[in-house]
Parts: sequence; structure tokens; C-alpha cells
Amino acid sequence: MASLIIKNGTVYDPANNVNGEKMDIYIKDGKIVEKAARGAKKIDCNGKIIMPGGVEIHSHIAGGKVNSGRLLRPEDHKKLVMPKTKLTRSGSGFSTPSTFMTGYLYSKLGYTTAMTPAMPPLMARHTHEELNDIPMLDKGSYPLTDGNWFIMRYLKDGDIEKAAAYAAWLLRSTKGFALKITNPGGTEAWGWGKNCKSLDDPVPYFDITPREIIKGLAEVNEMLGLPHSIHLQANNLGRLGNYETTIDTIKVPSGTKNKDRQTLHLTHVQFHSYGGDSWKNFESEAETVAKAVNKTDNAIIDTGNVTLDNTTTMTADGPMEYYLQSLTHFKWMNRDVELETAPGITPFIYSPKMSTAAIQWAIGLELGLLIKDPWKVLMTTDHPNGGPFTRYPRIISWLMSRPARDEMLEKVNAAAGKRSSLASIDREYDFNDIATVTRAGQARSLGLSETKGHLGIGAHGDVAVYDIDPDNMDPSKDFKGIEKAFSAAAYTIKGGEVLVRDGEIVKVTYGNTYWTNPHVDKSLEKEVLSDIEYNFKRYYSVNLANYPVQDKYVKNPIELKIDAQKVGA
Amino acid sequence: MKEIILTPKELPDVGLIAETITPDLFAGKSIGKIASLLIFAGNQRKKLGDFFEVAGKSADDASDTRIVIKGDITKVKMVGKGTKAGEIVIEGSAGMYVGEEMRGGKITVLGNVDSFAGQTMRGGELVIKGNAGDYLGAAYRGDWRGMRGGVILVEGNAGAETGLFMVGGKIKIKGNCGTFAGVHMKKGLIIIEGQTPERAGAEMTGGSIVVMGDTDILPTFAPVNEEKNPEIDGEKLKGTFQTYSGDHAERGAKGMLYKFV
Repeated sequence: MASLIIKNGTVYDPANNVNGEKMDIYIKDGKIVEKAARGAKKIDCNGKIIMPGGVEIHSHIAGGKVNSGRLLRPEDHKKLVMPKTKLTRSGSGFSTPSTFMTGYLYSKLGYTTAMTPAMPPLMARHTHEELNDIPMLDKGSYPLTDGNWFIMRYLKDGDIEKAAAYAAWLLRSTKGFALKITNPGGTEAWGWGKNCKSLDDPVPYFDITPREIIKGLAEVNEMLGLPHSIHLQANNLGRLGNYETTIDTIKVPSGTKNKDRQTLHLTHVQFHSYGGDSWKNFESEAETVAKAVNKTDNAIIDTGNVTLDNTTTMTADGPMEYYLQSLTHFKWMNRDVELETAPGITPFIYSPKMSTAAIQWAIGLELGLLIKDPWKVLMTTDHPNGGPFTRYPRIISWLMSRPARDEMLEKVNAAAGKRSSLASIDREYDFNDIATVTRAGQARSLGLSETKGHLGIGAHGDVAVYDIDPDNMDPSKDFKGIEKAFSAAAYTIKGGEVLVRDGEIVKVTYGNTYWTNPHVDKSLEKEVLSDIEYNFKRYYSVNLANYPVQDKYVKNPIELKIDAQKVGA
Repeated sequence: MKEIILTPKELPDVGLIAETITPDLFAGKSIGKIASLLIFAGNQRKKLGDFFEVAGKSADDASDTRIVIKGDITKVKMVGKGTKAGEIVIEGSAGMYVGEEMRGGKITVLGNVDSFAGQTMRGGELVIKGNAGDYLGAAYRGDWRGMRGGVILVEGNAGAETGLFMVGGKIKIKGNCGTFAGVHMKKGLIIIEGQTPERAGAEMTGGSIVVMGDTDILPTFAPVNEEKNPEIDGEKLKGTFQTYSGDHAERGAKGMLYKFV
């Protein structure tokens, strides 16, 4: 394994309270160490900034939906084509890039880890096939549990231990990392042509409410002691006046506690901060939502910024995609995944001239700027829903520069200025804030903060270097320079190996796939397994033996074993 | 106007992708530089000069440059892609995607063209003296916005799904046209002087299709009235036409079909 000395750079490492200090970083055997190893290669980073490798917490980069999105949109693949080089494979796709290209593009931005949310358990094998193909990154995926028949039945019966044992089995069977909940209850209700429109709107037949599902799964998550909290997409995504549901949702798991991290990760909240009761008086309620997030101490959010692009929306929230296509009349697709969930896909064009899109753009930034603690608001685009991840540098420039936002406000529909508070916000992120919302915060939220998202001793040797001289550059004025520098990392280093130099791939590696394996009490597990067997025989289209993803199937797995024997004992 | 003459040498069996053959890229370049422009033969990077003899002189400005291709290039794709100005004359038949994404200038093909000619065209003029293949002036696969502007004139026949998802511009066909002419059309004009077997204008929501010859009109089109010498998008037509509105299988469809009687 390579040893490196990264010299003379200005380091931003918020997890270790290093804020713009000139210091050297030493990597040996893929880890950050205290002293330089003998014969280590030196990289001079004078006049450059150094951050931990980027960590992506929510980006649809692999799985059934992503692949269906690729099939649905050949025209999207014409927009961005990367020819083969001596090192890299060819690829295409602007909003749904092909697997190899996804890895290369992330690496060029300085990212070293990416998690894909919303994996229908039945599609786990496919998701891992794609993850195995994505180079340059450490990866993981979150199996969906929102409309799961087992979960809903156990929670309805108040059998929280069985629900936990089932969740443990599900994580093991799908080689999943965390529990994802999308439109709780609503995706099952969609199978009945309905939706859950508030937290107390019961699911047909199962007679359980979204509130009970969220609360139950939050408890299950903490009982099992999973690294990440529940990862929740609230009900009513994209609906007018949905901010009330969002604020209600933030309060639901307030009873559960964890000393190291949040107990609720609420995702792409931009899509959940809408006011008004018709598209004519559609307005931002980001201020109200930001206040609720500022107040709570056990929930954090990611933004889901809209970048004003022609993109592809894909979520496990089938009814929402149906609703969206009924507005646009674009092509769309929808699928019922047996006992598990119901995703949908449709293209969407966020035109800057459209009042709604312009306001959505403003909301994403408002959330980032109005939530005071950057550890509580992580930057995402919900790739590709709000826009492709390749636009991160542009979002960074908006967050760091009021003039950049003012320039945009003049270009986009005037509604963005009038029906949001963005025009009145002066706050500008500094590099430390950017490092928090793009890597350190993600790593803490994921429960991987021991090895990822920081540059302290023992962390993975994942480092991003950007060609920015913080002494001679004012991000507020030179926002175009910021966008350019973050678009092409001067160096992306993963595990002590230089993968990207001056924005070009110089080495291709394959990272690890993280999955969690909680062990509950043996007798409880047996009981639940017999339930699972019965239901598989009765309702599933596949045989139980063919369902779990075998260990061998995952390339470079990292199994996080968790002792949860006390569950059921 | 200055001319560059390309004479095909022996072309390989595998198709060539020659999107570099356009006045915009030739303008202001020496013969040697033009001959070294990139062409893909399968997945191999080659030079234009490997397949064509290059002669003549280019002007500094694309609009003063004419490219003349002497001979058949049926296996060469994407000639004139994205042309903004100037002229291309192909003295033979051309391969797929001639004039794709064209924005201005003129392309004339003396022979036939293969499918996807004038795909997502935005402006300019594409004249085909022979026959055209399928998907003339159509949208890219999957896209719901096809030809936006410009004129395509075919003196022979055209294939199926001509003007798929058309949102502007004109297509004139002197001969016959295949099935599904103007399918999903939203705006623009298609004139078919010969016959088209059936399903012209299926799922169209706007724009106009004129059929002078025989055709079976879809049952989702409603007869409106008879018009004499109508003028559509600046085109004066002679004779009496029965008009139909449709395709009423779509919500709020405002497409018009003119059938010569």
C-alpha cells in the first residue's frame, strides 16, 4: 500500500476542529498516521486546500430504478458521452450516468464514498451488480422498509422485537447498510390506488398509520444499534402545503435517543418545504422548516437542491411520480415490487423561467443557509431528482457567495425572489462549512465517522485537494473560480492512492461495499424466519432460498457486525 | 463561394461516423488540416484523409464554404451534423443521420438518404433528390421534442414515422410516405404529395399534415369542413381539401389533417 506525504496545504477538517491550518498529512498503508513513513511519496499542495474525501449520503447511483431511468431516457445519454481512454471505460448519461462513469465523475469531484438510497429488497441483487461495477468509491445501499408487509404487520401487532429481527434479516439478506423509509405507508396504499396524505392516514387493509411506521422503525433502528439512523423520505413529497407534514414528521421519533448521532435523517427536505394551496400561490416554507430543524436535537436533514436542469426523477414513491407526470404529461413508468414497495420514474425539466422551479431552487439554498448548524444540513441534490450530482460545485458556489445568488436571482423567474426569503439572506458559507456539509456531516450521520469524513489519525487515507488558495481568493467575489476548482479536484486520494490529478483520472480502483449485519437472539430469529418462510410460500414470486444476496456476490465487502443479542433475549 | 471537394476512396464495410464533415469545421482550415479531421471507423479513430481525397479551398467563413462530395457515401453517417451555415452537396446517396441537429445552411443530396435524416433539425434546408429512409425529421430516440425548424424537401418517397414528435418547421415529400407520418406531432407542417397508407397524424396534438394522394384516416379524427386553396404556415395549396381535426385520442388535440378531394 502506498505511503504519502501531503505537504503545505491548507487543511479544513471540521470533525477535528481544524479550520484552515497549514499542515502536513501522512498516509501509510491506506490510513492516516502521525509520522511520515520512510520513502513516502511527497505531494506539494502549497496554495491549495485540503479536505477529507467527499462522502455522499443520498444519491441514486445504482439499482432497478436507476437502470430503468437509463432505459426510459435514451435522449439523456446523448447529452453527455465519455469516450474510452487507456485507463477508463466509456460511458454516457447526464442525469443517469452509466455505472463506470458514475464512479469517475464522483472521483473527479473529490468524492471517495457514496451511498445509494431506496433499494427495493427484491432488487438487491441487481443493485449490488451495479455497485460492483462502480469504480473509485466506497459504497453502500439502504433497503426500503416503508411498505413492507412484514414490518407493517409486526408494528401493527406491537411486536417491535419481531420487527427488529425481521429488519436484521432484511439487512443481511440484501447486504444493506441502513433502513430507508420512503413515503411510509403511501407506497403500499398506492397498490390500492390511494396514498397516505397525512401522518395519521391509515394504510388500507393493514390499518397502520405513517406515524406508527416511522416511530416503530426508529425504535427498531436504535434497538439494533445500526450505524446510521432511519433514513426517511417524508410523506407528501412535492405536494403543496407539505411543510406541515414535514414538521410533524421531525417530531415523531423524538422519544428515541442516540448519543453519537441523530435518530432521524430526513432526506431531500427541499421537496418537503412547500407552502400555498395552488401552483399559482406556491411559496417557500423553508424558514418554518429550518426553525423546526434548528430546534430539534435528534433530527438532521439533507437538502435535495434543485439545480435547474433537465433531469430524471426517480423515487420509491410511486404515487408521487404519477402525480408529477399528470402535471407534465411526460413519459413515466411505475412498478409494484410485490410485498415491498412501488417506485416510479419520470423526466422533469426544471426550467429557470418557470416560477415553481425557480422557487424550488431558492428553497434548497434557503435550507442550507437558514439552518444554523452545518452539521444538521447536508448538501445533496437527491441525484438525479433535483439535478445531477455533477452540479455540486455550482451549489457550493451559491452557498459561498451572495453575489452568485444575486446573479441567479436576476436570471431566474422573479417568483424566486418574491416567494422565498433567499434574497434577504446574507450568510455565506466558509470552507469549513462546505467541508461539513459535503463530507464530515455525512460521515457522522452515517455512523462512519471513525474512518470517514475526517483527517485525524486512523481515518482512511481519503483526501480531496482543490486548487484554491484561500489567502488569495475571495469565494464571495470569485464564485466562478470556486465552481471551477470544485469541479475538478487537484488530487483525489483514496486509501493513500492518487486516483485523480488535475481533474483527470490517473488510476482506477474499486472500493468496498459496506453492509451491516446485526445479530439478534437466536430463538427470536427462528420464530421470525418461520413467519418469513410462510409468507414467501404464500405471496412472493420468488423462492426464499433465491432471495438473499450471497456473500460472494458483493465485491470487496465490509461487513459491520453488530451484536444485538439483547433483542428478544 | 469557395469549394472543398471530397472524393471517396475505397470505403470500409464498417460504417464511418463523419460528423466532422460540415462547413463550420472546414472554414478557415487548410486542405492538410481538413484531411486530418477525426472520423470514427467503428471504434477506431481515423482521419478524414484516410477515406477521402480532399481538394479545393475553404473560405474563412462557413457561410462562404461549399463542400461537394463526389460519389456514394451510403456507409458514412452524420454528414453535416449540427451545420450552422454554408452548403454541402452530396453527388450520390448518403448514410444515416444526414443533417442531424442542423441549424442553418443547406445540404443537398442528389441520391437517396438512409434513416434519421434531419433528426431534431432546428433550421436550414435539407434537400433530398432521391428517396429518404424512415424517421425523416424525427426526434432522437426517447425524446419528445423532434424537428424544431427549417425545411426538408424530398423529391422521391419517404419512410415510416416521418416527422416523429415534430414541434416546428416543414417537411415536403413529392412522392409517397410510409405509415405514421407526423406521429406525436405538436407543431409544424408536413405535405405529402403522393399517398401514405394509413395512420397519418396518430397522437398528434397540433400542427398540420396535408395528404394529396390516397390515405386511410384514423377513426379518431373528426371531419371539420371543406376548404378551397387553403394557406397553411405560408404554403399556398391549390385545390379543395377535406379537413379533419385530431388526434382526439389525445386530450385537447388541435392537429389538422388536410385531404385532397
